[in-house]
Amino acid sequence: MNFLRVSKIVFGSVAVFFLLAPLFAILPLAFTNSAFLNYPIPGYSTRWFEELLTAEVWRRSIINSLIIGCGTTLLATVLGTLGALGLRGTQLSPVFSFIKTVFLLPMVVPAVVLGVGMQLMFARYGLANSYLGVIIAHTVVGVPFVVVNVLTVLQGSDRRLEQAAASLGAAPYVVLGKITLPLALPGIVSGAVFAFATSLDEVVLTLFVAGPNQRTLARQMFSTIRENISPAIAAAAFLFIVGTTLIAIALNLSVRVSQRGSRQ
Amino acid sequence: MDNSFIRFDDVSKSFGALKVVEELNLDIGKGEFVSLLGPSGSGKTTILMMLAGFENPTSGAIWSDRKRIDKLPPHKRNMGVVFQNYALFPHMTVSENIAFPLKMRGTSRADTSERVKRALDMVQLGALAERRPSQLSGGQQQRVALARALIFEPEVVLMDEPLGALDKQLREQMQLDIRDLHKRLGLTVVFVTHDQTEALTMSDRIAVFNHGKIEQIGSPSEIYDHPSTRFVAEFIGETNLVAGSVHSIDGHEAVIRLENNEVIKVVAKDRLRSGSKVVFSIRPERIGLGAGPGNTLETRISDVVYYGDHLRLLLSGGGQSFVVKTDRNRLPPSVGDSLTVSFLPSDCWAVDA
Repeated sequence: MNFLRVSKIVFGSVAVFFLLAPLFAILPLAFTNSAFLNYPIPGYSTRWFEELLTAEVWRRSIINSLIIGCGTTLLATVLGTLGALGLRGTQLSPVFSFIKTVFLLPMVVPAVVLGVGMQLMFARYGLANSYLGVIIAHTVVGVPFVVVNVLTVLQGSDRRLEQAAASLGAAPYVVLGKITLPLALPGIVSGAVFAFATSLDEVVLTLFVAGPNQRTLARQMFSTIRENISPAIAAAAFLFIVGTTLIAIALNLSVRVSQRGSRQ
Repeated sequence: MDNSFIRFDDVSKSFGALKVVEELNLDIGKGEFVSLLGPSGSGKTTILMMLAGFENPTSGAIWSDRKRIDKLPPHKRNMGVVFQNYALFPHMTVSENIAFPLKMRGTSRADTSERVKRALDMVQLGALAERRPSQLSGGQQQRVALARALIFEPEVVLMDEPLGALDKQLREQMQLDIRDLHKRLGLTVVFVTHDQTEALTMSDRIAVFNHGKIEQIGSPSEIYDHPSTRFVAEFIGETNLVAGSVHSIDGHEAVIRLENNEVIKVVAKDRLRSGSKVVFSIRPERIGLGAGPGNTLETRISDVVYYGDHLRLLLSGGGQSFVVKTDRNRLPPSVGDSLTVSFLPSDCWAVDA
């Protein structure tokens, strides 16, 4: 019994260490004053952050990442939420479970396969090397996260609340706006955060569909690490991690506040 | 269409191959309190959901106030619905919940706040107006749900086991409150429950459902005293079912031979035929201890259970077992003793097996 407890704790800490160690290994290097991405760190400075914001390639890639990330978040959240609304409460129908599987497919299909297909298709429709093309590509892999998150919340929420609203005189679109969506908000928000993070992180599809003008931060890090291993990568990684964490925390807090209201 | 306010006209509902409601015909008068009573799966909630508009009948028509409503969406039916789990909106305060139906009807702001205040006072929750539903007790949530379903002055209120989640004391209080509101506001109430006591104490009429069909419909006393089927007799209250065959019929009195060949006399009804098999229902409180007028039976006590306000005796006699309720002051002999019991022919009610 006691042995089991101890081994649980040991295994847990090892797993957590394994997951977090790479993050903690890279983060301090963002503050090095050396020109090389390695330990030991001779001294601390913020020169690599200045590099990120001043060097044109890095600045451009950050802006690109933000444009594409926001576009993807918007599109994936709208589409994913609509998809989840359509899929809920119909688990028993084989047609719907098929459609649900299709929605989730981009999670398991190798990105390389998707990338090749998209490159061919986008070239045909004039979307190759365009922001819209990259946003669509990222949306495809971002939508499953929104669908899963929103669907979970919707399936956990009580259908009777919507019936009650209808019986009290609310037309279907009012029920959607006043009851269904506000109740699904936590799922929508976490889905949106996931979609944004997915877009930031996405390299493979970007390699296939983006042109030189849509080079994202992740893409830039990827090529920098091949060309010259600069600590700017660590600084970019730092921005990534801190940025996504802050967004996630802020959104979670705001949802919690709006959901729970003032609790004495 | 005489004085019926709500009418179910040959309404059936099936889910796939499963028939949930079969050819229901039911008229509900204006201002009437009708309970739909039955075990779970008897179709009573489905009937309520069809009336509210959340389910569509597979066939048949539903009328309300001489208008056909079965194709009308729920938000145009103007019926107040109180759900079993209250279905209060968790992201709104108590007063926002109650104001919701008025907001949907475009009531002016001043009028709304005035009526919300009155509704809160009616259910004695004025102090909790700004709380969220999650901060209220079950009974308080129930009262908010009632206020919300009544504030827009619907003519019909539908209640789906609204008291099921409350403890016994609160439930009895709410039963009285709802009955009082029904009388005071002249509401038409359709009340779904599986609790027979609730149905007996609150209703003008009770419809007893089983397997999607009405077994019997009538006033509480008709249902309790004159159950038409074995199912109704057993579902409403406690009863003793006595099986036998008709030995002879003499005017309005029939002689029944029990399975152990003892005979008892009962009131003859049209459907009794000499030689046919019959089942009788005798309520436990109608059986008296000791010899008396009417029928007497020699029995043996097999168990005595103390209930506080009464004693319940389990007896064996006449080839079967009987339950008898008796005054606790008349302490009977103990288990294993023999006991004479008696009951009137008029308290034996023949039911369809």
